[in-house]
Amino acid sequence: MSHADDHEGTRRDFLYYATGGAAAVTAGAAVWPLVNQMNPSADVRALSSIRVDIADVAVGSQITVKWLGKPVFIRRRTQEEIDVARADNTADNLIDAFARNDNRDAALSADDQNRAMDEAGEWLVMMGVCTHLGCVPLGDGAGEFGGWYCPCHGSHYDTSGRIRKGPAPENLPVPVAVFVDETTIKLG
Amino acid sequence: MIKQLTASAIVALGLATGAAQAAGAGGEVHDVAFSFEGPFGKYDKEQLRRGLKVYTEVCSACHGLRYVPLRTLSDKGGPEYTEDEVRAYAAENFTIYDPELDDDRARVPADFFPTVSGEGMGPDLSLMAKARAGFHGPAGTGINQLVKGMGGAEYIAAFLTSFNGKEQEVAGQYLNGNDVFPGGWTSMPPQLEDGSVEYDDGHNNSAHHLAEDVSAFLMWTAEPKMMARKQAGFISVLMLVLLTSLLYLTNKKLWAPHKGKKFDA
Amino acid sequence: MSGIPHDHYEPKSGFEKWLDERLPIVGLAYGTLMIPTPKNLNWWWIWGIVLAFCLVMQIVTGIILVMHYTPHVDLAFASVEHIMRNVNGGHMIRYIHMNGASLFFLAVYIHIFRGLFYGSYKAPREITWIVGMIIYLLMMATGFMGYVLPWGQMSFWGATVITGLFGAIPFIGEPLQTFLLGGPAVDNATLNRFFSLHYLLPFVIAALVAVHIWAFHTTGNNNPTGVEVRRGSKEEAKKDTLPFWPYFVIKDLFALGLILIGFFAIVGFMPNYLGHPDNYIEANALATPAHIVPEWYFLPFYAILRAFTADVWVVQLVSFVTGGIIDAKFFGVLAMFGAIIVMALAPWLDTSSVRSGQYRPAFKWWYRLLLIDFVVLMWVGARDTNFPHDWISLIGSTYWFAYFLVILPLLGLFEKPSTPPATIEEDFNAHYPGAAE
Repeated sequence: MSHADDHEGTRRDFLYYATGGAAAVTAGAAVWPLVNQMNPSADVRALSSIRVDIADVAVGSQITVKWLGKPVFIRRRTQEEIDVARADNTADNLIDAFARNDNRDAALSADDQNRAMDEAGEWLVMMGVCTHLGCVPLGDGAGEFGGWYCPCHGSHYDTSGRIRKGPAPENLPVPVAVFVDETTIKLG
Repeated sequence: MIKQLTASAIVALGLATGAAQAAGAGGEVHDVAFSFEGPFGKYDKEQLRRGLKVYTEVCSACHGLRYVPLRTLSDKGGPEYTEDEVRAYAAENFTIYDPELDDDRARVPADFFPTVSGEGMGPDLSLMAKARAGFHGPAGTGINQLVKGMGGAEYIAAFLTSFNGKEQEVAGQYLNGNDVFPGGWTSMPPQLEDGSVEYDDGHNNSAHHLAEDVSAFLMWTAEPKMMARKQAGFISVLMLVLLTSLLYLTNKKLWAPHKGKKFDA
Repeated sequence: MSGIPHDHYEPKSGFEKWLDERLPIVGLAYGTLMIPTPKNLNWWWIWGIVLAFCLVMQIVTGIILVMHYTPHVDLAFASVEHIMRNVNGGHMIRYIHMNGASLFFLAVYIHIFRGLFYGSYKAPREITWIVGMIIYLLMMATGFMGYVLPWGQMSFWGATVITGLFGAIPFIGEPLQTFLLGGPAVDNATLNRFFSLHYLLPFVIAALVAVHIWAFHTTGNNNPTGVEVRRGSKEEAKKDTLPFWPYFVIKDLFALGLILIGFFAIVGFMPNYLGHPDNYIEANALATPAHIVPEWYFLPFYAILRAFTADVWVVQLVSFVTGGIIDAKFFGVLAMFGAIIVMALAPWLDTSSVRSGQYRPAFKWWYRLLLIDFVVLMWVGARDTNFPHDWISLIGSTYWFAYFLVILPLLGLFEKPSTPPATIEEDFNAHYPGAAE
């Protein structure tokens, strides 16, 4: 525009910059809610933490619950399973050396004590998602190591959910989980 | 049989259409100074808690709140119970059929308040405070609503306290006289009496307090985001006032040389 | 693009030239933004920008709502509640969309009445006017179908009543109504197709808006004097005009800001004031609300629809002449659509030699009466049809038609208009004495 009368240049510029700035801020403030609405809604967020009643889980059995859209295995192990798992802490065919337990330090070793929920090792809680390509492994003593076995590409997990043989790179991850009381586990 | 069907259709119609028209039976809906009114009004947490108690002990026998998630009882701006309190409340009061268990289980915060339907049951109350208007006119101009608000909560409070004791039976259906209900007769019997609910905080529990408290609670169930909405509106208006003032000056400045005026700013 | 002579975009750098030879998009934007605009435009000329803003706002919020809405009779009402309670900021987005429709119609009515006063419809702007009328019709269709989507009581019964209008057409009415609804009554099929069309039509409107703008960029804007911009040379045209950017953009944005202050005050503090409480009750095919009222922006035409009952002699005469084919019900439908058609025909019904109403002493009074008539019809459209409302709507409807079919043609023949200024520059300088120097 050539209408400009530049003798009062700076003051005029200030008004124009202030207006442009205010317009940009207003537009930005209007855009944020339009983007934020795509984030998980309150009903979805409410399910990020669920409680599981484990009163009816017998020794040597497991339940599968859905949490965050994925299966979670909750197994009440027999003493024999615990013993085998702990004896294998020193086995030389542990593929993944880390505990993969979200409740503990990420640097901890893959010892069974670092993966089970309680000290005695009776309760084992893990995501039921094979670390290879995301299939759901079979449980209840399946596979060569008496733990879990993924039928998709033949990954064998032991009674502690550690990968022992096959293409999967990592142990089955343990999600954030705590005992709220003796018969309830809270996931997330 | 047909007579009975007709009668229940008439009653259902009355219930469904509610206060679409000005109160027909001579009663008047009075403006109540609820805490949530006005541009900065907020829900009164204690009043919502009292209203929830009235709903739980009285209304919930025949009315659901199917669109209200139980977890929202712990939301900010609502009754603000703790999560543990909500979990205990849900488990104590309501069950839900779980298809996986093939059995009923206690409700958890992620569930909704129950849906109640069937013979003799009333309409869902989730949105009742927005589905009724207490004020109308005058003469179709809507000025009363502009001044006093829509009056949904006021209508509910007035309805609950305007039973006149008259009864009649139409084709096997018992109807109760109510001075603010359109048509003057409702199938709902009077529910609230002085002291019929005992408040935990020792608040006055005369019938009209019970009615106002539960009405405030139902306004919250209908519009739980009212506070967030008013805040967003207020901030929007503030920002626009600033931007518009600057645009006013810019516009003046821009045009001044062409209009042969001087402009200093 | 022909039109008022003005500076054209000259590509300077190598890249600009390269692009301009392949896709002259910068030149198009320049030509559109820099269009010479009569410098005497008053504040009634801001509503075009408001309308453009409304269209964008409704499309953006609408697309967002679709991400969370479910068009199924069992889920629609609950999904709207999901938006109101669970989606982040969903309650604001929904209230903005809901009240945005009202702002849209408020703006379009002022825009239309602006055109009716200043003679913006007259030659050579007939195409702009007709395209505008088509946009307005599509807006009504879009608004109506959008109101059905929340699946409340008013949604359901409004849809039932309005599609019933098509059932009044002789011979083909009932099959046509069934075809529109996808069944004997409003149901899931209706909801699904209304959802689809409610999503589609705004984009059709956007395309027509481009045509609307294209048309008046060719003829140039009308202005309060109705006097055309001088086109003899660029220099002459510059005396009458200023470029759209920045002069009118900033002016319009300032006005838009003021309007949005009011809009957000309503959205924030009384979002349900313009709505109807019954729409917070889920649709129920077994119980009709006691009082079915359309949204406020349909009321004037709804009043015209209801005005012509079987005891009006015109209706009886038409019914007799056509052997009963045009009965009272169909007459009402014809009257309602006719009310918009006569408006669209205004360019040919207005015989005055002067364009702007400012210089037409008698026209001013008839025009003011039309404005009052519009408001009265809006009011009476929400009332019951008992006396005196039936008479008021009949008189109001009659005046609406009389204005376009009788008064506009005759006024041009008998009225003695005053003389408009010779040029826009003269008018502008008369307002701003300092500008002449």
